[in-house]
Amino acid sequence: MTRCRWIPPLALLVSLAAGCGDPGAGAQRASSARIGGETGVELAGLQVLRRGNSAEPQSLDPHKSEGVPESNLQRDLYEGLTTEAPDGTLMPGAASSWEVSDDGLVYIFHMRENARWSNGDRVTARDFEYGLRRSVDPATLSNYSIMLRPIENAEAIIAGELPAESLGVHAIDDLTLEIRLSGPTPYFLGVLNHSASYAVHRPTVEKYGDRWARPGRLVSNGAYRLQDWVMQAHIILERNPYYWDNDNTTIDEVWYYPIENQSTELQRYRADALDMTYDLPFRQLAWIRGNLPHELVISEYLGVYYYGLNVTREPFRDNRELRRALNLAVDREILTGQVTTAGEIPAYGFVPAAAGYTQFVPEWAHWTRAERIAEARRLYEAAGYSRDRPLRLQILYNTHENHRTIAVAVASMWKENLGIEAELVNEEWKVYLETRRTKQNTQVFRAGWISDYNDAYNFLEILHSDSGLNDSGWSNTRYDELLALAAQENDVARRAAYMHEAERIILDEIPVVPIYFYVTKRLVKPWVGGYQPNIMDHIYTKHLHILKH
Amino acid sequence: MLRYSLTRFLGAIPTLLILVTLAFFMIRAAPGGPFDAEKQLPAEIEANLRAAYHLDEPLVQQFGRYVWNISRGDFGPSFQYKDYSVTELIAAGFPVSLRLGGSAMLLALLCGVAAGTFAALRQNSRSDHAVMAASMTGISIPNFVMAPLLILFFAVYLGWLPAGGIGDGGLRYMILPVISLALPQIAYIARLTRGSMIEVLRSNFVRTARAQGLPERTVILRHALKPALLPVVSYLGPATAAVITGSVVIEQIFGVPGLGRYFVQGALNRDYTLVMGVVVFYGALIIMFNLLVDLVYAWLDPRVKYA
Repeated sequence: MTRCRWIPPLALLVSLAAGCGDPGAGAQRASSARIGGETGVELAGLQVLRRGNSAEPQSLDPHKSEGVPESNLQRDLYEGLTTEAPDGTLMPGAASSWEVSDDGLVYIFHMRENARWSNGDRVTARDFEYGLRRSVDPATLSNYSIMLRPIENAEAIIAGELPAESLGVHAIDDLTLEIRLSGPTPYFLGVLNHSASYAVHRPTVEKYGDRWARPGRLVSNGAYRLQDWVMQAHIILERNPYYWDNDNTTIDEVWYYPIENQSTELQRYRADALDMTYDLPFRQLAWIRGNLPHELVISEYLGVYYYGLNVTREPFRDNRELRRALNLAVDREILTGQVTTAGEIPAYGFVPAAAGYTQFVPEWAHWTRAERIAEARRLYEAAGYSRDRPLRLQILYNTHENHRTIAVAVASMWKENLGIEAELVNEEWKVYLETRRTKQNTQVFRAGWISDYNDAYNFLEILHSDSGLNDSGWSNTRYDELLALAAQENDVARRAAYMHEAERIILDEIPVVPIYFYVTKRLVKPWVGGYQPNIMDHIYTKHLHILKH
Repeated sequence: MLRYSLTRFLGAIPTLLILVTLAFFMIRAAPGGPFDAEKQLPAEIEANLRAAYHLDEPLVQQFGRYVWNISRGDFGPSFQYKDYSVTELIAAGFPVSLRLGGSAMLLALLCGVAAGTFAALRQNSRSDHAVMAASMTGISIPNFVMAPLLILFFAVYLGWLPAGGIGDGGLRYMILPVISLALPQIAYIARLTRGSMIEVLRSNFVRTARAQGLPERTVILRHALKPALLPVVSYLGPATAAVITGSVVIEQIFGVPGLGRYFVQGALNRDYTLVMGVVVFYGALIIMFNLLVDLVYAWLDPRVKYA
């Protein structure tokens, strides 16, 4: 430690603040000067990327975390059997190729011979066998193991009825992995790119137990490895020199900052302390459009923002007319164009633009505003309400400025178009979750869902009778049947048809009022090259580079 | 003095126990639990998690287990930050908060006392009004307004200082957070010092000192300052405890990895062990600082004696 020599008391003040000494920014090695040959882009000498990442991750153990900030980090640290191209299309990851049986139940993966862990060990099929078993093992305390449900015996293992060894995953040899499914799952290759499916380095996990995912211990198989982690300040990942595709990785070091407040993040970005933000403050969008238009990136995001209607209680129980009236009386164009304003897409159906699925557009979406309101009024009156005898209801949302603004807008649309007297109720997140779940006091509640994998099924299963997200309490036998059929169907077109029919039932019954489909909104510095928005918002650092600036 | 300190120290144990009891049952009474998420966990997974953290036991048994563990210095694992124990989180966060808060309090003390004395010596003059107006502004402008303004000016417009984070741990990363944290304290201490100094300057012993022909500088620094600082010292105890255990707002805005954020995040995530750990730690610090204040009092004021 450097000894401080100052004159007290100022010295004490300075030394307290400084911790005696500034080690400097740390030497970075210079990258190659260009990518793409002589005609390609010229790179900066310092290949360091600084990303805003919203919250402190719960864990860097891929089997013990579930949020988006964790996933962003883990996509850089680990690599599943499959991975993604910059545009989000699936491509081979730790496995170089695979075959699927005709019935869609057996997958054989061929591992890359040159895949290595960040300590130089080979990545083998046995690592994935161990990882997948660990992920579903109740002893691991994973809260996202449910993602692996399609794999044979996974549900029984999660329920503690079978041992983890009975999972339908088998390493035939070091380079060949067999995975057996309980039903054909067309989106299964996408599941293998989820953190619940990542492999972990067995000797490290066994040596350190619950405390292995830390600097100096964590061994990973992705393009980056963990260099440092200062809780609540930053996480630094450095290039994994053993990564099989290291030659095509340009950025040497990436800093992730947990910045929850979007205005704070914007200030850090404006002070050039961040190259990419995680999100943007709702209220400052107009300023950003005016002042940083070329750095603003807005793109479609696979998620839906909706209002749930509690169908287990009055006034929505057995009252489809009323639910339909409320649905028709929400003007999505005004909401997205004048309230949310980031370019969100008005949602007339429930499922956003998922891969291989044609979005369902109900007939009334083509009607004029006047026609929609006229029909909404007719239904409202048929449900037994009128301007003289208005419906009084509560809209519940979790405390957040954006949700409040939307609730105010929806309430005023219902008031203006139908005469409904809506009261806004906001609750802190966990209280709101409990209120929603118990279904005792809720009438209308705000909800949203961002997809785990790029498939329509992930949205439709929200409203399955047994779903942990179905806080509307809606249950429809035919709907559940259609989902079961879709889950067992190997033919893509037939599966899509089942799901389409299921979505039609939602839009006929209206247990939920879809409001809009999400967009990601982010500022990206002009010197960040290779940035390509995609619908899952999976931005891998290995696909980016820093241009000379 | 030693006996007094020891008695006070032992007296703190029941106080802490009451604190632990209240905090333990209050956090568990809050709706929602640590494992609630938008997508409800399948029942078997939730049961498994609850069992692993002993949340399936009767509340009284959980409480007994908790008290037993903390008596051995074990605050348990954090529910939210699964790679760390609560003790590790406090051990990592507290030195940062201490450094930040300690620097801010020291700065506040130096500037606040100087400004307050300066104003008191020029009572009702223009400079007195200016200092008091400035300190009123300092008290009135909240941290969450002042800090972003400082960042906007010094980091975004001028580019002199970092906008946040701790980077390599260098001094320049601490300047804006320390100033933001110190400003309201400077203002408050200046007002306290001024009021108390005006009163002391009117007292008989100061008049005597002046009558003896001592230079004004000696009268102020040697005779008046010490008694004038008494109200400041009583304020410093709890204020220092509050500042060095972390300021949620400042830590959030500047991305400082201190203890303050754990308070709020722990409560929001229903991370029972983390909230409890921070509460117990904070409680112990407050008790310690109050004791320190009382001891400093005895040193400053010859009329105060502890037997």
